[in-house]
Amino acid sequence: MQLKIKVNGEDWTVEAAPADVLLDVLREKLGVKSPKIGCERGDCGSCTIVLDDRTVRSCLVLAVEADGHEVTTVEGLNYEGLSELQDLMVGNNSFQCGFCAPGIVLAATELLEHNPNPTRHDVQEALAGNLCRCTGYEPIIEAVLSAGKGGPS
Amino acid sequence: MVIAHEFDYRRPASLAEAIDALSEHPGSVRVLAGGTDLVAWLRDDAVAPDLVVDIKDVPGLGDITVEDGVLSIGSLVTFTELIESELVAAHIPLFAEMAETVASTGIRNRATMVGNICSAVPSCDTGPVLLVFDTTVHVVGPAGERSIDINDWFVGLRQTALADDEVVTRVTINLRDHGGIYVKLMRYAGEDLAQAAVAIAAYADHEYRVAFGAVAPTPLRSTRIEEALNGKALGDTVVADAVAMVGGEISPITDMRASAEYRTRMTEVMLERGLWAATERLSGAGPEHGVRLI
Repeated sequence: MQLKIKVNGEDWTVEAAPADVLLDVLREKLGVKSPKIGCERGDCGSCTIVLDDRTVRSCLVLAVEADGHEVTTVEGLNYEGLSELQDLMVGNNSFQCGFCAPGIVLAATELLEHNPNPTRHDVQEALAGNLCRCTGYEPIIEAVLSAGKGGPS
Repeated sequence: MVIAHEFDYRRPASLAEAIDALSEHPGSVRVLAGGTDLVAWLRDDAVAPDLVVDIKDVPGLGDITVEDGVLSIGSLVTFTELIESELVAAHIPLFAEMAETVASTGIRNRATMVGNICSAVPSCDTGPVLLVFDTTVHVVGPAGERSIDINDWFVGLRQTALADDEVVTRVTINLRDHGGIYVKLMRYAGEDLAQAAVAIAAYADHEYRVAFGAVAPTPLRSTRIEEALNGKALGDTVVADAVAMVGGEISPITDMRASAEYRTRMTEVMLERGLWAATERLSGAGPEHGVRLI
C-alpha cells in the first residue's frame, strides 16, 4: 500500500504492508531514528512519537493507521535548536545513555502543554510509562519541574 | 520483531461499510480501534486474522453524551478522553478514577474503553466499573442493532458475547445517584496491570453493587455479596460478613505478578476499604477521587 504520512512537517509517500508497524517504517524506511526499539509491547516508552496531537507508542500502531496523519518525533520539536525543556535536561544531566531521552522529551512536552505547572506527582504520573535505566529519574523529574516553573530561578 | 503474517486492512468511512467488511472473512477478522492490545497480539501471533477493520474513520463513535439520564460512551472514546471529560467528571467520576490507573499516558491516548471490554482480559479495568452500573453494550451487525446487558457480556477468558461480524458502537449507563470507587492493586503506583481490583457503587437505601477484576477468568460481579449487603447500613459486622464471602466468590490464579493467596487477602482488604469509601462518597464526603486506598 502507498501511505501518505506527514513526518516532522514533511510530506512522505511510503510503500508499506498492512502488517508493517509504524515504528519500523519510521526507522527503516524514512530514516527517522529517534524512536527506539525497546520492549515492543508498549511498556517502555522508548518508541514514543506524537501522532497528530498526542503521544502514542509507535510500536503499537500499524503504519497504515498513520496514513493521512501527522507524526512528530523529537527531531521535529523545535527547528531552531533545543527546546527550553531540552536545555534544562542537558543542564541537569538528565540522561546518560540517551536511549529513553526522545520518548521522555516528548512525554514531558505533552505534559507541559496540558499542564504548564505540574506537581511532582503529575510529572511522575506522566513519565510512568517511560523507563530509564541510567539516571534514576530524579534529574529528569527535576528538569521537568524547572521547565514548569518557567525555567530555573 | 515484526508481525509475521500478512493480513488485509480496511478503514471504512461508515458503519455500513464496516459491517460489510466484517462479513468478508467470516471467523478471521478483527476490529481495530486503539490497537494497543490488537497490535501486541498480532506481534505475538496470539491472533492471526485475514482482515483487520480499522473503525477510527467511522463517524459518530467518538462521542461522550448525556441525554435523558443516560451516559453514552462511544467505542472510539479513549481513556485520556474519559479523564478529560467534564460529563464523566460530573456524572461518574469513578470512570476517570479508573482510567487514570490504566497503563501510561501514551497508551491511554490510544486505548479505548470499549476496546478494553472487547479484549476482555481478566485484569481489564473497565469491566468491574461497568458491572456496578446498569450498563448496556450496543452492537451492530448484518442483522441490525442489538443491545447486550453488561452482565451477559463477559462469557469466558478473553471471550465476549460479540459475534465476529458485529462491531460495538457504544456503551450506555443509566445514571443514578451513587458513591463509587475503584480500588486497584498494582506492584507499584506507576504503570501496571491489576493484581486484583474491586469496584463498588453504593446507592440510596443501602443498595450496593460489587465487582472484582483480575481474580477470575472474567471481570466478576458478585450478586451474593450484594445480597448480603443490600438493605443494611454499613457496620463492622456487615462489612466483616461481606469480606468473609470473598474467598468463595473469586478464583484467582498464581502467576508472576501475584500469588492466589495474596490476591485473595488483598481483595478482602480492598472490599472492606472500598465499601466504607463508596458509602462515604454517596453521602458527599469520602476520599478525594484519585486517592489510592491500597
